[in-house]
Amino acid sequence: MNRRRLTLLTAPILALVLASCSGTTQGEDQGGGPGGDASADPNAEFETGLTYAMLPKSVNNPYFEASSAGAEAAANTLGGEFEYTGPSDASASSQVSYIDTLSQQATDVLLLSANDPNALCSSLEQARAGGTVVVTFDSDVDPGCRDLFVSQVDSDEVGLTLLEMAAEQIDATGEIAILSATANATNQNAWIDVMEAELASNPSYADMKLVDVVYGDDEDEKSFSETQGLLQAHPDLKAIISPTTVGIAAAARYLSGTEFKGQVALTGLGTPNQMREFVQDGTVTEFALWDPTALGELAAYTGAAAASGIITGAEGEVFTAGELGEFTVGADAVVTLGPPTRFNAENIDDFDF
Amino acid sequence: MTAVEARSDSATATGSAVLDLVLRFRALGLVLALAVLVGVTASLNPRFLSGQSVRDLLFAAAVTLLLACGMTVVVLTRGIDLSVGSVLGLSAYVTGSALSATGMAVPLALLLGLAVGAVCGALNGAIIHFGRVPPLVATLGTLYVLRGVVYFAAGGSRINASDLPRAFLDFGSGHVLGVPYLFAVSVLVLAAVGVFLGRYRAGRDLYALGSNPEAARLAGVPAGRRLMTAYVLSGALAGLGGVLYAARFGTVDASAGYGIELDVVAAVVVGGVAIFGGSGTALGAGLGALLLTVIDNALPVLRIDQFWQQAIVGALILAAIALDRLVSVRAARALRRKGSHVD
Amino acid sequence: MTDTAKTGPRLREAARTLATWDAAIIAVTAGFLIVASVSVEHFGTARNAGYIVLDLAPILLLALTMTLIVTTGEIDLSVASTVGLTGAAMGAMWNGGMALEAIMPLAVLLGAALGAVNGLFVTGFGLPSLAVTIGTLALYRGLAYVVLGDTAVADWPRPFTGWTLGRIGESAVPNVLVPLVLLAVICGVLLHATPVGRSIYAAGANPVAASYAGIAVGRLKFWLYVASGAMAGLVGVLWTLRYSSARADNAAGLELTVIAVVLLGGVSIFGGKGALPGVLAAVVLLVSVQNALRLAHVSTEALTVVTGSLLIVAVLAPNALVALRTALRRRRPTANGRTA
Repeated sequence: MNRRRLTLLTAPILALVLASCSGTTQGEDQGGGPGGDASADPNAEFETGLTYAMLPKSVNNPYFEASSAGAEAAANTLGGEFEYTGPSDASASSQVSYIDTLSQQATDVLLLSANDPNALCSSLEQARAGGTVVVTFDSDVDPGCRDLFVSQVDSDEVGLTLLEMAAEQIDATGEIAILSATANATNQNAWIDVMEAELASNPSYADMKLVDVVYGDDEDEKSFSETQGLLQAHPDLKAIISPTTVGIAAAARYLSGTEFKGQVALTGLGTPNQMREFVQDGTVTEFALWDPTALGELAAYTGAAAASGIITGAEGEVFTAGELGEFTVGADAVVTLGPPTRFNAENIDDFDF
Repeated sequence: MTAVEARSDSATATGSAVLDLVLRFRALGLVLALAVLVGVTASLNPRFLSGQSVRDLLFAAAVTLLLACGMTVVVLTRGIDLSVGSVLGLSAYVTGSALSATGMAVPLALLLGLAVGAVCGALNGAIIHFGRVPPLVATLGTLYVLRGVVYFAAGGSRINASDLPRAFLDFGSGHVLGVPYLFAVSVLVLAAVGVFLGRYRAGRDLYALGSNPEAARLAGVPAGRRLMTAYVLSGALAGLGGVLYAARFGTVDASAGYGIELDVVAAVVVGGVAIFGGSGTALGAGLGALLLTVIDNALPVLRIDQFWQQAIVGALILAAIALDRLVSVRAARALRRKGSHVD
Repeated sequence: MTDTAKTGPRLREAARTLATWDAAIIAVTAGFLIVASVSVEHFGTARNAGYIVLDLAPILLLALTMTLIVTTGEIDLSVASTVGLTGAAMGAMWNGGMALEAIMPLAVLLGAALGAVNGLFVTGFGLPSLAVTIGTLALYRGLAYVVLGDTAVADWPRPFTGWTLGRIGESAVPNVLVPLVLLAVICGVLLHATPVGRSIYAAGANPVAASYAGIAVGRLKFWLYVASGAMAGLVGVLWTLRYSSARADNAAGLELTVIAVVLLGGVSIFGGKGALPGVLAAVVLLVSVQNALRLAHVSTEALTVVTGSLLIVAVLAPNALVALRTALRRRRPTANGRTA
């Protein structure tokens, strides 16, 4: 009886499989995102009374706390209301629920750091259809799904700065490795690509060799053990580049407690508060980062400018972001904060974030 | 009368002898697997056995090993404690905050962590014993609740290494004769739990409760008190694990210990503790924890794609429980044959 | 006393507790929906109801087969990993140039095969399901990473992704509600109105007695694991298309939520007790509480605490009631004795 029922069940499935040889395959259908047609009025005033919501990758993350402080300050200056909300786990599916909620509440400006470049798109489209201006910051989504992206830095520039710092510390010779965040992270992967291309093409880096890329998943413990693994697998390793604040702190803590301290150079992106100890004890010579508070502030101003009709996201438009100064919209509706700041023993005590 | 006595005596003697052999074989199997893995890895990359590398391994194993001891005690009673990750997080955050605020001494911090964990464990025990809630449900509930409490307390803040007293960080990274303090603490706990389970009345009672709860109760085992002991012990060790975690990483945020419960259960299962109670040793669970850590550390050295890591752990769990089943079926058959012989 | 005289009242008592638990959870859910509609802005709209349905779809589908499995006294912790692995396999097949119409049934079949592996270990080798499915939880998630690694497959065709988010015609009814209702009815009828359902309860209540009564307990459980795997495969397809993103970490950690709603719905973790309506109500309750808290700007932390407390209280409350009743009953005779 079971067997007959099973045959009955699988028959239509198999028929479907066989019948669908001419079905939908990759690359056939690609829907385009909506494009903005409105024209900008560069002389318009910032609207007051806008509602701003910041949705980070996950709450409980000091980096985004700093961004939210900047965005809140900007929202207050502009006479708007500000909310900081989000999931406690950094997953795309939880972010979707939050976007749906915010679009129901008809938030005027959504400031988003995305956990996935594609998974959020349909929800973002609905939010934008309801009149919400979507500004991504820190980590972008597909350009078709948002109005503007506020980039902390130009990705080329981050990659080049990281490579330059590493080269200076090891005289541009020897093996290097990268300790990244999650394997899917959009911005980390872009920087790694830049570094790989530069290593291959720039003759002054000819003696440097990238031997490994490992992922610490932005988890302290995992990054710590991955650093261990790197040093065991590559005895001749000269430098580690970690383009993530969690990774560099974990790697620095590992190095500072071992015989590799001062022998293997470590550089990357880190916050001065987390790295201060390791710069003082000689584990780390120099690292870089942008100011996350300024990034949040710029994101809020960008959102406000778009909601007020000062900019639409077309290349070349100009707006003023309070004390941060004047910014120009680049290609793909990207606004860039500026070059990363380098921190070393001489200047680290001037910063507190 | 005397014949019956003699027969039952001989039966129990052979029974425990066979059982001993099985258990010893089990531990031996784990040691063998460890030796092969270490041998192969070291032959491919001799640096795997360097002092630094071994120290790293022991550092990494310390916390899981500690939690596996507590989990063993609970699993022996047919229970499970899924809340250990959240308890660890809470204890790490509470001790971290206390340390950064007062700069207390290391032993005091260890005691504080133990106390926080014991309170959480008592909560679990009370829900399970007095509320008659199945352990899986109760500790799944406290997994959520306690993590929520950590989120409330910590928010987006993070305790950095620079906030913690120097002595505490030295305790976290220091070692004596090549053995990290943290690992030494875990091994001491392992030995204590092993002696408790093997030599003390209260410990033996846990096996009885796990093998046959009804029979144990009828035989006069104070089930409620023993269950409370088990959960308080598991909680306290998770709390102690929180302090070790803070000491090792120097950084504590709201997600400390997130998801570690599955690693710990995996270690215990691989270590030969029967998930339905009544059989297994702390030593086995400790070896299980060590084996999983060695695999974690060997993969990058062997240049095996790290994406394989989780799949290998999963396959290992399945292999371990299947092997145990095979061994116990064989042992039961051998016992039966012995029994018929005597007749 | 004869056996029938003993089991008769016991069965009736079981039926009564069940009825009260189901009624209670349904009443709480209904009450919550009404209160939230009145007091939380945007909650009671058709649009929000659509979001709630989309959010609860994967949990509800997995909870259906999980209810059947838990009722037999077993458990399946590997469901979320199966969702991840089938999604990852979909991504790999799509990258390989296969047609989506072929990929979807294959993904469901793959899920069924993964479920069969669980079933084989549990019933064929007689291993504890908790340990087996913790093993496959790690194994399947690990294989998902092996299949797709660090990449995400996102170029799914719009007609398909649009369907998962779309509504039926001009109405406000989401498309996904159709399979939800269909599968819920099938599982409900199976559990409550067929011999198979009675076998499931019997196997959970007393497996030895059930096998003496001629029920092939092992085979029954095996096919339930296959069903659970196939359902997880279906959820893998829906998840991938809804978020138009196949990633190795899809649905990570969802198994705990599914177990939580099944237990909250009144199914006993020891098997033999429970009913589908309570579970359905529990799913609606959990997801709409989450939704309302978000709309009311309440922090995520509160949500975690609420979920955990609900879970404990759900099991604790009936036990406490029983204990209270026995305590009262015990006191009454002594009081009578004194007055007499």
